[in-house]
Amino acid sequence: MPLYLEIIICVLLLIGGVFLLLGSYGLARLPDIFTRLHSPTKASTLGITGVLLSSMVFHSYQNGSLSVNELLITLFLLITAPVAAYMIAKTAIHHETPPLDKTKNAHLVSKIRDRQAPKENDEA
Amino acid sequence: MRVFPMPFHSLLLFVVWLLLNNSVSAGHIVLAAFFAIAIPLFVNGMRDEHPKILKPWRAFRYVLMVMRDILVANIEVAWLIIRPIKHLEPGFVAVPINIRSDLGITILASTVSLTPGTVSAEISKDKQWLYVHALHLEGEADLIHLIKTRYEAPLKEIFGC
Amino acid sequence: MLNWTLFIVAVFICIALFLNLWRLFKGPTISDRILALDTMYINTIALILMYGIYVGTSLYFEAALLIAMLGFVSTAALCKYLLRGDIIE
Repeated sequence: MPLYLEIIICVLLLIGGVFLLLGSYGLARLPDIFTRLHSPTKASTLGITGVLLSSMVFHSYQNGSLSVNELLITLFLLITAPVAAYMIAKTAIHHETPPLDKTKNAHLVSKIRDRQAPKENDEA
Repeated sequence: MRVFPMPFHSLLLFVVWLLLNNSVSAGHIVLAAFFAIAIPLFVNGMRDEHPKILKPWRAFRYVLMVMRDILVANIEVAWLIIRPIKHLEPGFVAVPINIRSDLGITILASTVSLTPGTVSAEISKDKQWLYVHALHLEGEADLIHLIKTRYEAPLKEIFGC
Repeated sequence: MLNWTLFIVAVFICIALFLNLWRLFKGPTISDRILALDTMYINTIALILMYGIYVGTSLYFEAALLIAMLGFVSTAALCKYLLRGDIIE
């Protein structure tokens, strides 16, 4: 394998690994469920994209032809990550998980739970 | 009965089948064409009406912009994760939205989840408000302005509603 | 060089998996556990793809794709169950 390809693969793998680790580190470290949601949806998605790109480059070289089927997994994860995050946020709000004390606009949670508009028009 | 009731989905099925098998041999092209014609004929009756993409070139530029924003947002979020937690100021924000089509709202909510340090949590029943949770909320008005101008305005332009 | 990088990144991902496992056991709420499980799926995909690079075969692509799909569907099904008490409406 030529050196420049090996360097590209190694750099992509390292970026992917670092972001995957950061995503999981954030999941273990952040204080409440809503902040924890951020790290796997964002950092892990970028991390897996890095690993998939390096796999794409490697297999393209090895098969002697362009190997693009890894893009399918990347695309699938990019589409499903927000949906999964939305479902988990909905579950957390439904179960009345309290947000962190210093969360701004925490009063909105009850509105979100009932899917109402934020302003109290009906009381006026 | 039309041969291609869902032309975009037919194209998508065709490309995905070839990607899945990672080949462009004649046999797979025939099989992909068969699936691209047969599956839409069967599922055509089940779908909801969605608005058409009016400006494909604008849509393409939107996808590229979102890709770049994902990269930037990821680095920002990574930095927020490593920093001491006491600097973190999470918060909920209600963003008023003007898009009316379900597809437009879905794409906007997904984009907001993937990009600027926010996760969309819920849509109000009347589809006027998008609730987002921000990991680090500095200016509420700034965030609403960013979402509305950078992501909602192009989507409105693309779908024309 | 590639083998060393694969080794280092595999160590990263194993640490990440242990962090997920810790969150899975600690909770405190059921949503945290679902989130930890979802992240474990993603980390596992990365590990399988890296094994594919190490062995030099693209056979593991299908396994990775299946895990990605099952991961999403199981997350959605678990959340749906917790929200409605039923998966298929």
